[in-house]
Amino acid sequence: MIAINELTSIAAPLDISNIDTDQIIPKQFLKRIERTGYGEFLFFDWRRIQEGPDTGKPDTSFALNDPSYTGAKILIAGKNFGCGSSREHAAWALTDFGFLAVIAPSFADIFFSNAGKNGMILVRLSEEDVNLLTHRSQKNPQHKITINLEAQTVTDDEGFSGTFEIDPFRKYCLLNGLDDIGLTLRHEAALDAFETKHDGEFWSSPRVTA
Amino acid sequence: MSEMKPRTLFEKVWDQHLVASPAGEPSLLYIDLHLVHEVTSPQAFDGLRMAGRKLRRPDRTVATVDHNVPTSSVQDRLVIADQIASRQIDALRRNCAEFGVELYDVQSREQGIVHIIGPELGLTKPGMTIVCGDSHTSTHGAFGALAFGIGTSEVEHVMATQTLPQDKPKTLRITVDGELPYGVTAKDIVLHIIGEIGTAGATGHVVEYAGSAIRALSMEGRMTICNMSIEAGARAGMIAPDSVTYSYLMGRRFSPQGAAWDEAVAHWSSLATDDGAAFDRELVIDAATLTPTVTWGTSPGMVTGIESTVPLPDPNASEADRKGFERALEYMDLKPGTPMEEIAIDRVFIGSCTNARIEDLRAAAALIQGYKVATTVRAMVVPGSQSVKAQAEAEGLDVVFKTAGFDWREPGCSMCLGMNPDILAPGERCASTSNRNFEGRQGRGGRTHLVSPVMAAAAAIAGHFTDVRKWEFKGGAGR
Repeated sequence: MIAINELTSIAAPLDISNIDTDQIIPKQFLKRIERTGYGEFLFFDWRRIQEGPDTGKPDTSFALNDPSYTGAKILIAGKNFGCGSSREHAAWALTDFGFLAVIAPSFADIFFSNAGKNGMILVRLSEEDVNLLTHRSQKNPQHKITINLEAQTVTDDEGFSGTFEIDPFRKYCLLNGLDDIGLTLRHEAALDAFETKHDGEFWSSPRVTA
Repeated sequence: MSEMKPRTLFEKVWDQHLVASPAGEPSLLYIDLHLVHEVTSPQAFDGLRMAGRKLRRPDRTVATVDHNVPTSSVQDRLVIADQIASRQIDALRRNCAEFGVELYDVQSREQGIVHIIGPELGLTKPGMTIVCGDSHTSTHGAFGALAFGIGTSEVEHVMATQTLPQDKPKTLRITVDGELPYGVTAKDIVLHIIGEIGTAGATGHVVEYAGSAIRALSMEGRMTICNMSIEAGARAGMIAPDSVTYSYLMGRRFSPQGAAWDEAVAHWSSLATDDGAAFDRELVIDAATLTPTVTWGTSPGMVTGIESTVPLPDPNASEADRKGFERALEYMDLKPGTPMEEIAIDRVFIGSCTNARIEDLRAAAALIQGYKVATTVRAMVVPGSQSVKAQAEAEGLDVVFKTAGFDWREPGCSMCLGMNPDILAPGERCASTSNRNFEGRQGRGGRTHLVSPVMAAAAAIAGHFTDVRKWEFKGGAGR
């Protein structure tokens, strides 16, 4: 995991609530056994015209197809972003496409965890602030937003300034690019002791043998 | 004896699995059972290999294939035409062999959807912690286990350490009291709950379902409810174990026996929420007010009663919600005010980890006896596991379905998520017993309406949604 602190970028606006992981990365791309290369399939269906003679061609009204947002490292979205399936492919697709942060009023639990494991910064702002930033990025694709993780602030080049909450441990891991398994293994002695005792509690065993 | 603070079911299971609680960090939770399938595991096994790590507890790990497998015929499953799917299933076979994990493969008599075979085999038991790289792991909470879905990095973490760092979730108790009206099922209860609290209504919470209407449900019904907890955003759903749970578990392949059984029941019986234990939130629902429920939109919270209509827009909704509402109507090709019973369908899918257990198939079969599927409808039944399929065939349910014109298929996730050849064509409308009606979930451009098995069966016969409370049973096996 790469350590991250400050990020300044233009932002791609998607003012839709409840964007589910089926939309972020449709099922047909979950059959791959690799961890990389999902970016080209990000929002696969929403990026394409779904009906009529032009079916399958790029839908130019979709923000991610608009060349003015090319290179955006920040995505702004509606509430409950990342709901639905547990597929980490959603986080892989977003990072592979180039997004390092998502700003939204709220996130679904499993996606929130998956994003953190992949070094993404998820910023929760009020619905009002998210709307404001969305409108600014829609009006002016060159609108730049800066997220500072250490200071827990969001600012933009039009005078917006806000703060966001983040769990201190998650912040520490993101700032230092820490690997979870390595962190857990600091508790290996406690784990060994717990496991020895717990293995004796037969009700905890999946396969109880007579 | 020291005075213990009253605790909830969730808190008891949580406390019994705490390995470490370092200050300022998430707690380290021990995982009793890790269920693995082909889609979310290959990158995790790769991670172990790259780091030179072992799989810590193969004896607490069980794998099956379900998401990708074709359901058309035994032959199609042995030689899978989709090369990418085939490669993923082969990767699981190699990984299980290399790391010593038991795999219920396509030809196994125990293969099935991971959340159906866990309980069937007796692997799932009360008081356990259970995880799987699949959001519907919440299903296992029906037994009083703490069970939740995880991402692939967490799958790798559990493989390497048999633990997960977890922030302690909040608790929400949903009490459903009273008697369920005729024609109303567990699926209708959970769809109603999601409609009421919204798809993010339980985010950050573990839900405990309680009350006389929940107690009166079979294990199958309880699993349906816990299964869809994630659709309300919940981390997990749980139901305290009781005599219904014990009757289900007794004699299962991996259930305790003899003296161990008695000891297990004594432990399980100690798990129920203590009187006076506090929940962060409470919700009470009167079962008598519930009706057969249908989703009309592209989110599981967009529900309405069968006797009702496609809803009108809410003038007080936020801009994003209003856009979501309009987008859903457009995608579903529906107009506000249309009576639900007038909506014609093209396909019916009875299956998935939500509703493909034997009780679901029995209920649907009883309803269709003596009827034929409407000529405008293609209907399929996909049993949740080989055991469910064998049981249904022993009871002759397959004949009932086939006689009525249903396609009777091999077990798997099938059209719940369409990662296999079972998909909707663009524009097709489906009455589905599955759990998600997201855009394109069952196939690009497909329109999904979530319903109970009896509502799906009735729609297959009528060719449109119809109120099961008015259904005339012909087979004598009604209710």
